[in-house]
Amino acid sequence: MKLLRHQVKWEQRLFWRSRESAVFVFLFPILLFALLTAVYNGHIYGRPASWALLAGMIGYGTANTAFAGLAITLVSRREIGILKRIRATPLPPAVYLTAVLVSIMIVFAIQVASLFALGRVLKSTPWPSHLLSLVPALALGVAAFAALGLAITAFIRSLEGSSAVLNVIVLPMAFLTGSFGPTRHYPKVLRAIGDVLPLKYLLDLINGIYLQGQQLWDKPTAVAVLGGWGLFGMAVALRTFRWEPREG
Amino acid sequence: MSAISVRDLRKSYGAYEALRGISFEIQEGEVFGLLGPNGAGKTTTIEILEGYRTRDGGDIDVLGFDPERAGSAFRERIGVVLQHSQLWPNLTVAETHRMFAGYYEHPRNVDEVIALVGLDEKRTARVKTLSGGQKRRLDLGVALVGDPDLVFLDEPTTGFDPAARRAAWDMIRSLRSLGKTILLTTHYLDEAEQLADRLAVLRGGVIIREGTPSELTSGSSETEIRYRKDGQEVVIRTSEPTRLLQHLTAEAVAEGRELEGLSVRRPTLEDVYLSLTAEHQE
Repeated sequence: MKLLRHQVKWEQRLFWRSRESAVFVFLFPILLFALLTAVYNGHIYGRPASWALLAGMIGYGTANTAFAGLAITLVSRREIGILKRIRATPLPPAVYLTAVLVSIMIVFAIQVASLFALGRVLKSTPWPSHLLSLVPALALGVAAFAALGLAITAFIRSLEGSSAVLNVIVLPMAFLTGSFGPTRHYPKVLRAIGDVLPLKYLLDLINGIYLQGQQLWDKPTAVAVLGGWGLFGMAVALRTFRWEPREG
Repeated sequence: MSAISVRDLRKSYGAYEALRGISFEIQEGEVFGLLGPNGAGKTTTIEILEGYRTRDGGDIDVLGFDPERAGSAFRERIGVVLQHSQLWPNLTVAETHRMFAGYYEHPRNVDEVIALVGLDEKRTARVKTLSGGQKRRLDLGVALVGDPDLVFLDEPTTGFDPAARRAAWDMIRSLRSLGKTILLTTHYLDEAEQLADRLAVLRGGVIIREGTPSELTSGSSETEIRYRKDGQEVVIRTSEPTRLLQHLTAEAVAEGRELEGLSVRRPTLEDVYLSLTAEHQE
C-alpha cells in the first residue's frame, strides 16, 4: 500500500510535468468541448445540444485518456527501457501497473469535473444527478478502455508511430459512436461499425444516466458489452504485454 | 563466500546457442569482469543472473536466490545498470533518485548517492538536459540507491569519451571500496584490466580463459623480441628470452653490427585476448 501510494504520487508528477500528456490527454477533450458547444445549437436527444455534447466528450475523454494516453505512456516507457529497469527493483509489477491505472483515473476524474464545470459556466449545463450510477459507469468505462490500452501496446512497435496509430483508432471511433453528435443520420454501414465498438456502449450509459435520468441497472446490455470488451482486453494483455523494448 | 555461482549455464535462442555451458564463481566483494566481443553471450549471461531471462540448463545461485524465481527480497539486494535504458526526461536528478529510493526497504541517503556518482551540481537539473556520461552516472546512482550488495554493470562505459571513462572507472573503484560485489561486462580490455579482480573471457558462448588480469598475461609464457635486420622487420616469440637475447646480441656484437629498433615486450592483455579469440575463431 505504501509502495502504491509512492508510485501514484510519482505517476501524477510525471503526468502533469509532461507537456505532451497534459495537453494531449487532459486538455484536448476539454478544448474540443468548448469548440463544439460554441458551434452547435438546438437540441440533441430532446435536450439542449451542449448537454449531449458534454456527455459525448466525457465518453471521448475516457477513450482518449484511459486507452490512448495509457498506451502511449506505456509504449514510450517500454521502448526507452524504463519498464525493464523498473522490473529490476523490488516494486512488484502488479503494483506498478495498478499505480499507472490509478493515476490515469485521477487525471480522468479531474477531466470530467472540469468538463462539467466548463459546461456549467458556458452553457449552464446541469450538474450530474445520479452519481451512484454515473461514477460506477465511468469507472467501468475507464477500466475497460485501460484494459484495451494495455492490450494494444503489444501491437505498437515503436514510439514514433504510437500517437498516430492511436488517434487513427480513437478519433473515428468517437465519430462513429456519437461522441461528436448523434449518428442516426449516418449511413447504415457506418452505424453498424459503430454498434460493435465499446465507446458506443459507454456513451449509451452516460447519455442514459445524464440526459434521461436513468440508472446504471436500466442498461444491462451496455454494461455487459462494455465489460466484455474490458475482459477481452485483459485477456489479450495478459498474453501479450511486454516489459522489454524490441531487441535492437 | 561466493556471491554468484554459475554451473554449466546454457541458453539457446531458437537454433542459436548463445551460451554453451559456462561456469564461474564470484566471491563477495570481488569485481568480476566478463570480457568478450559483441555477440559472445555477455549480456545473455548478465540478464539471466539479473532475473530477466530464463535459462535452458545449468545451476545458478545469486546471493542464495535462483533469479528466475526470486522476487522482491532478491531485488532489494541487487543494483542494475542496463546496457540501453533511459530514465524519465522530465524529472530532475534528485527526483529520479527519490523515486527509486521509495522502492527499497532500506535505501541509502539520496544526497550521498548523488555525491558518490558526482552529480552534485546537477541535482536540480532535468534528466533531459544531462550529457551522455552524466546520464550513465544517473543510471549508476539509481542502481546504488537501494544500497545493494551486488551490482550488475552491463557495458557501463560504452560510448564514453576518454575523460568520462576515467571518471566512471574511479566511481566503480569507489564501489569496490564500499565492499560491493560487482559483475561487469565490457568489450574494452583496458577497462577489464583496470577494474576487475578476476575476469573471464567469453567467446561464442564459452569461457575460453579465466583468471586475474596478471594471470591471463603471465599464463602466456611468450616474450616478443623485435628488431630490424637488413631493413627487414624480424619478430621472434620465445619462452626463453634471456638465452635468445644473449645469442642475438653476441652474434651482432661479433659481427660488429647493431640490432636496429630492438624491443623486448611482454604480451599485454590485449595480445592475449586477440590471440585467444583468434584461435577460437578458426
